[in-house]
Amino acid sequence: MHQTIAAAPRAAPEPVVAGLPLRTWRTALLAATLLVALALPYFIKNFYVFQITMAMIYGIAILGLNLLTGINGQFSLGHSAFFGLGAYTTAIMMEHMGVSFYWTLPAAGLVCFVFGFLFGLPALRLEAIYLALATFALAIAMPQILKLSLIEHWTGGVQGIVLIKPDAPFGLPINADRWFYYLTLALGIALTACALNLVNSRSGRALIAIRDNPTAARSMGIDLSLYKTLAFGVSAAYTGIAGALSAIVIQFVAPDSFTFVLAVGLFVGLVVGGVGWIPGALFGGLFVLFVPNIAEHVSKGLAGAVYGIILLLVIYVMPSGMAGLLRLLVGRLGRIGR
Amino acid sequence: MKHAYWTVASAALAVALAAAPAAAQKKYDTGASDTEIKIGNTNPYSGPASAYGTIGKTIDAYFKKVNAEGGVNGRKITFISYDDGYSPPKTVEQVRKLVESDEVLAVFQPLGTPSNTAIQKYMNAKKVPQLFVATGATKWGDPKNYPWTIGWQPNYQSESRIYAKYILEKHPNGKIGILYQNDDYGKDYLKGFKDGLGDKAKTMIVSELPYETTDPTVDSQIVNLKASGADIFFNITTPKFAAQAIKKAADIGWKPVHFLNQVSSSVGAVLKPAGVENSVGILTTGYLKDQTDPQWKDDAGFKAFIAFMDKYYPEGDKSSSFTGYGYSVAQTLMQVLKQCGDNLTRENVMKQAANLKDLKLDMLLPGITINTSPTDFYPIEQNQMMKFDGTKWETFGPILSGEIGS
Repeated sequence: MHQTIAAAPRAAPEPVVAGLPLRTWRTALLAATLLVALALPYFIKNFYVFQITMAMIYGIAILGLNLLTGINGQFSLGHSAFFGLGAYTTAIMMEHMGVSFYWTLPAAGLVCFVFGFLFGLPALRLEAIYLALATFALAIAMPQILKLSLIEHWTGGVQGIVLIKPDAPFGLPINADRWFYYLTLALGIALTACALNLVNSRSGRALIAIRDNPTAARSMGIDLSLYKTLAFGVSAAYTGIAGALSAIVIQFVAPDSFTFVLAVGLFVGLVVGGVGWIPGALFGGLFVLFVPNIAEHVSKGLAGAVYGIILLLVIYVMPSGMAGLLRLLVGRLGRIGR
Repeated sequence: MKHAYWTVASAALAVALAAAPAAAQKKYDTGASDTEIKIGNTNPYSGPASAYGTIGKTIDAYFKKVNAEGGVNGRKITFISYDDGYSPPKTVEQVRKLVESDEVLAVFQPLGTPSNTAIQKYMNAKKVPQLFVATGATKWGDPKNYPWTIGWQPNYQSESRIYAKYILEKHPNGKIGILYQNDDYGKDYLKGFKDGLGDKAKTMIVSELPYETTDPTVDSQIVNLKASGADIFFNITTPKFAAQAIKKAADIGWKPVHFLNQVSSSVGAVLKPAGVENSVGILTTGYLKDQTDPQWKDDAGFKAFIAFMDKYYPEGDKSSSFTGYGYSVAQTLMQVLKQCGDNLTRENVMKQAANLKDLKLDMLLPGITINTSPTDFYPIEQNQMMKFDGTKWETFGPILSGEIGS
């Protein structure tokens, strides 16, 4: 399915929509979105600020998954494990070492990078669905590993760890919900920029080449195992940072927060957003957070079935996710414009 | 003209005077009004723990009954219950929605130890009641640090204190072997048990063996317990392991006085798989009427429960302990709201929740009552001993209490 979408759509002649080049439209849209995102917390209740923060956090995790699956073509149904690892890194450092939250963020990224890289080594031998299964095993094992009495002193066992949310730094006059919204937004933008840079770089092209045709990539002199394990590491680091953010926003980590349900949720978000399309992660995050709530609102007893129907409709209406839908719309508009 | 002016003025004064005391009597916080009381809840309707969702559904049905019968002090209950799938982050999200968006008066019966841990700090910072949480952990009765959180069911420690008391009385020279699950639940039981035995804990307990939930069986632990010479067995296990322990003890011919924790007292899920012939004589405790026990069929309280189920929750399972539980906890909340009268502030809700005196409920075993006070946030602390007779649990002896600190 990933062959259909190029990572950075660069059509040869610049498409024109309603008299203006697409590039201008894109810049305008980006600026407008950013403005709305910056102003939003002052127009909605704190609870919605919190919800959108969570959606952005899931978006960052999906971005990480997208780098692995969309760009490099490796499947993972185990990203909840990296998410949990990042969250626990933050929680343990804050609780047992007295480290300030902000320093735990790079640490969570680093720990997950190393762990993801190491997991990538044996995963090299596995292709497609077998890899999906191996990572799924990781997702299943994670909650139980966190409960092990051997490390209970650190992880708090089933009880988990309750965290204290820091106030906004430098005496900024905003409440904690808004502060973590802006922090997540800033990190999300920075991580998206990094991801776009990576994809458009030499290494990014190597990753895409491996996805599209491993044999050809190898014959061009690309070190397959190095790039594949690196992709795993970077992907895990992104998801770990998202996990660290979730730990502080929720103020609590427990093994039951990081079950395979989360892994499947991230995967669904990836597909809905658009596999291989970097900005799709945000739509994926919104879907992961809000659609179960909508399903429950429609019918409590049949929430699962309603969720399933919505998912089916989404896949049917936009088979390549938001990415495909937007491209289709832009294409239509372009035709009308001419 | 002047006359009319005075009439209007005095009438206005009279109205103002009449209204003043009424306004003083009726006090509301967010979520309560002259016509409505909004109560929030989270339950796992989906996911691995969805069996518990029956509790939420029963509570919902019970409030339908209350509303059909005129409400509480003339106010209708609006019960808003969301699915959290037993996932703490989702609980936080849903509870924040309840408090900040739906603006409920109180959050009632959120289910699960991790879920309640996740929201406890938030609820207490917001000063919104976290009422009668659905977990047996002992940490929910801590009014000093968490004055907005209160438990409901007998906690693990008070239950095991009852076994300790019973053993000290009936088997003062016994040698005790303990099998426990190595987590907070098992350790909670263990602590209560040792506290209950007091100084004699050191001499009486000859062996205490943990197991992990990841262990395939507890066979080796049972063999070792027998070898330790124990003649009393305290079995702190969840259903699957409880059944294994009972079966293995019978297989190797170990016949101690067997105390089984309430967590695993289900006949269908534990004793039948273990073999009823192996289970005869096992002791446990209970606080609710066993819905499968024919002795209650003419009992007024039990009949009221059945009538409720038939009318308001006909698709529900009358033999499931979850429906009896949901019915009872909903009745407890009704009593609190009744006591609140027209003062429906969050502060008064907590005050009344901590002011329940000898409250009897339809499904509580006769003699067991609910009592709370500003320093006692453990509503149910009484249990009755029960012995398995081969088909059902037979209650015996007096109502016992295992109050912490007593």
